[in-house]
Amino acid sequence: MEWVRPSVLKKLGILGMNGRNVDYIGRYNDRRLYPLVDNKLKTKELALRHGLRVPDLLGSIGSQMEVKKIHEHIPEGEGFVIKPAQGSGGKGILVILSHDGERFTKPSGEVIDLAELKRHVSNTLSGLYSLGGKDDVAVFERLIEFDNVFDGFSYEGVPDVRVIVYRGYPVMAMMRLSTAASDGKANLHQGAVGVGIDIVTGHAINAVQYDRPVTHHPDTAKDLHSLKVPHWEEILSIAAGAYDMTGLGYLGVDVVLDKKRGPMLLELNARPGLAIQIANGEGMLKRFQVIDEVADTPKSPEKRIAYSREKFGK
Amino acid sequence: MRSKYQIWIIAGLLVLTALSIMVYKVKVLGIPLFGDEKRTLYTIESKISFEGTGKGAFISLALPPKQPGFFVENTIAASKDFGFYIAEKDGMKRAEWSRREVKGPQNIYYTLEVIKDPHYKPKLPKPTRFDTESYRDFELADLSEEMAKELIADARLHSKDALTFTAYLIAKFNEKDPGQTVRYILHRYAKDSRKLQDVFMVLLAKAEIDANRIGALRLDAERVQKRLIPMLEVYEGEKRQLFDLKKGPIDKSRDLYIWLWGQGSLLITEGVKKSRIKFDVTRKVLPARQAALTINKEASSLIDFSLFTLPVEAQNTFKRLLLVPIGALVVVLLRLFVGLKTSGTFMPVLLAMAFVQTKLLPGIAMFLLVVSIGLLVRAYLAKLNLLLVARISAVLIVVVGIMVYVAIFSYKLGIQQSITITFFPMIILAWTIERMSILWEEDGPKEVLVQGSGSLIVAIFAYFAMINRTLGYLTYNFPETLLIVLAIIILVGRYSGYRLSELYRFAAFAKRIEGRK
Repeated sequence: MEWVRPSVLKKLGILGMNGRNVDYIGRYNDRRLYPLVDNKLKTKELALRHGLRVPDLLGSIGSQMEVKKIHEHIPEGEGFVIKPAQGSGGKGILVILSHDGERFTKPSGEVIDLAELKRHVSNTLSGLYSLGGKDDVAVFERLIEFDNVFDGFSYEGVPDVRVIVYRGYPVMAMMRLSTAASDGKANLHQGAVGVGIDIVTGHAINAVQYDRPVTHHPDTAKDLHSLKVPHWEEILSIAAGAYDMTGLGYLGVDVVLDKKRGPMLLELNARPGLAIQIANGEGMLKRFQVIDEVADTPKSPEKRIAYSREKFGK
Repeated sequence: MRSKYQIWIIAGLLVLTALSIMVYKVKVLGIPLFGDEKRTLYTIESKISFEGTGKGAFISLALPPKQPGFFVENTIAASKDFGFYIAEKDGMKRAEWSRREVKGPQNIYYTLEVIKDPHYKPKLPKPTRFDTESYRDFELADLSEEMAKELIADARLHSKDALTFTAYLIAKFNEKDPGQTVRYILHRYAKDSRKLQDVFMVLLAKAEIDANRIGALRLDAERVQKRLIPMLEVYEGEKRQLFDLKKGPIDKSRDLYIWLWGQGSLLITEGVKKSRIKFDVTRKVLPARQAALTINKEASSLIDFSLFTLPVEAQNTFKRLLLVPIGALVVVLLRLFVGLKTSGTFMPVLLAMAFVQTKLLPGIAMFLLVVSIGLLVRAYLAKLNLLLVARISAVLIVVVGIMVYVAIFSYKLGIQQSITITFFPMIILAWTIERMSILWEEDGPKEVLVQGSGSLIVAIFAYFAMINRTLGYLTYNFPETLLIVLAIIILVGRYSGYRLSELYRFAAFAKRIEGRK
């Protein structure tokens, strides 16, 4: 067992869970704004109104009666994703790569039948995956064809970019790569690899899995340091724009890269986790302090991005 | 920033309110802060014996006044075929018995149950100013003016107020060589201590000092006492002081119980002969809390509107209920300071409550048994493609079934403990099983183990906090301690420092950054 003194963590500017909840979420995230990010359908509508690109909505099911008509929302001959509108932590997200209307293939190669698909939807509606177990809506989205540049960086899943936006300024970013251990999901606590990304260039800095450093992808053996995120400016502007869209001062913005359509806003998170610091090999608090010096005067998203890139270069 | 001050103010007010109620209860109502404090209960039995003369009989016994330090919990008058009532004469109560025709030896009993309680301070009867006229009847009323004047002048010279005056006078009477006057008085009037008491009363009255005749019982002495100890109570402004006729001023906090107060006689009889009285004192030790509740039953609305007024069964329910906040505090501390993960925020508290009923080890064993069987069943139910509500209900029924069978099976094996399994909150168990199986599917068995054991550890800590006798006693007898718990939780809610688990989680990471620098 290895331990570190709290004073050391403080000196390094590492944000802890209680600090996050009290000093940042509690202070900058107005509870009334949570539904905007906790409900994926609302987020989607809001993003479209603000001109941010999002994955196509195929449809949604809001009551058990409609589960029978599941076919209406499934695109023919194409993959799709079913998500709980109010899910958290990636729970209840079902990815189907391909199907023939009866048999549905998951990224792992596992095949499920229509009955199981319906049960998943029905469970979602009962609130099994939603925050606090409230009734939910199942959202159907078109599957994202992820960019070829990520070939070999992700195993059976869609990699995404998580940007922490503090009071409108992007402060830290990481790429989340799914692994065999994470079952195709991009959540770090489930075993996905987190790669810290330089805010200025979009280059990889450092990578971790289960909070410990890694250099190569555990399944594909690809060198993680060779990762460079394309369309980086666009990703930053989506991230900064998400602040103006929601008003949340401590925000996690998840962006996916589609081969044809470029970066798209996947979802927002009002309680983003702390592992991004480990992926970047740096604490977040010092960056927050840099932002706090200028954040009181409102600025355009472009100016905020420019300021972040000026200050947070490696 | 402002909200931070607000929180300190709110927490401060809560603590202050709680503490002031507690101080009031401890100081004024005498409820002890800790459960093991004791009070003494004295049973004072007065037995009046006499012989009837065939005529109508009347017996009147002076009753003790209310007095600080002693609370009369109960009185019992026992007398066969006598009419009994309580009369009031000169502000003092008397027990009076009467009967038309009495023959032969008779006994009458009057028993007091008295709790010794230093916090009990009743209103005392006002002293009445004596005039020497009322002593006309006394044999020593003719105590010569000159002698009295001489003694009073001497005592005045050697004292500054009524109390020191009395003390000097008593000391003078107890000197080996008290001088001619005193020797004469002692010889002429004060053949016994009762008479001596009268001498003092007359002298004090002539000196215009307010005083009272007292007859006291010693509670710490031998059980049977044939007579009351004559004493004087002397007043100086608001102060009162007891004087022993031999030892002078005495501390009232000693085990003295005043039975006779004022000018009346202890026992007055008519139509009987050979009347005697004797007192029999026995002592018993009581828990102080019980004593405090008896004493303040009518006196305090704080107790009148407290849990103590509920029926005993309801009191027991609340005893348990009042422990929930303690459990919640443990959960808050372990989650915020240690960083333990639990499944469901307050599931551990409910588990701990169940453990309190089942005892810890059998409780844990049964919890693990029910949850693991439940997980297996739930894994099978998952295949049946049921809706969530139906599935949880099905699991619930299975949980009930498991409980019944575990109880019957282990009862047959002779393990009595298993019957208490019913104390587990079933709905919570069913939900736990459901959550755990989702967790299993979504995050793998490792996460189930982490959250499951986290919940159990927190539950065990909460259990030990909840079975703590001191805490239990405090929350039940001083429910306002919950305000203190509330204040702590509010303050802890603003804790933004690191958790213990983070000191481990970030250790390697922190070392790497430091190494790079």
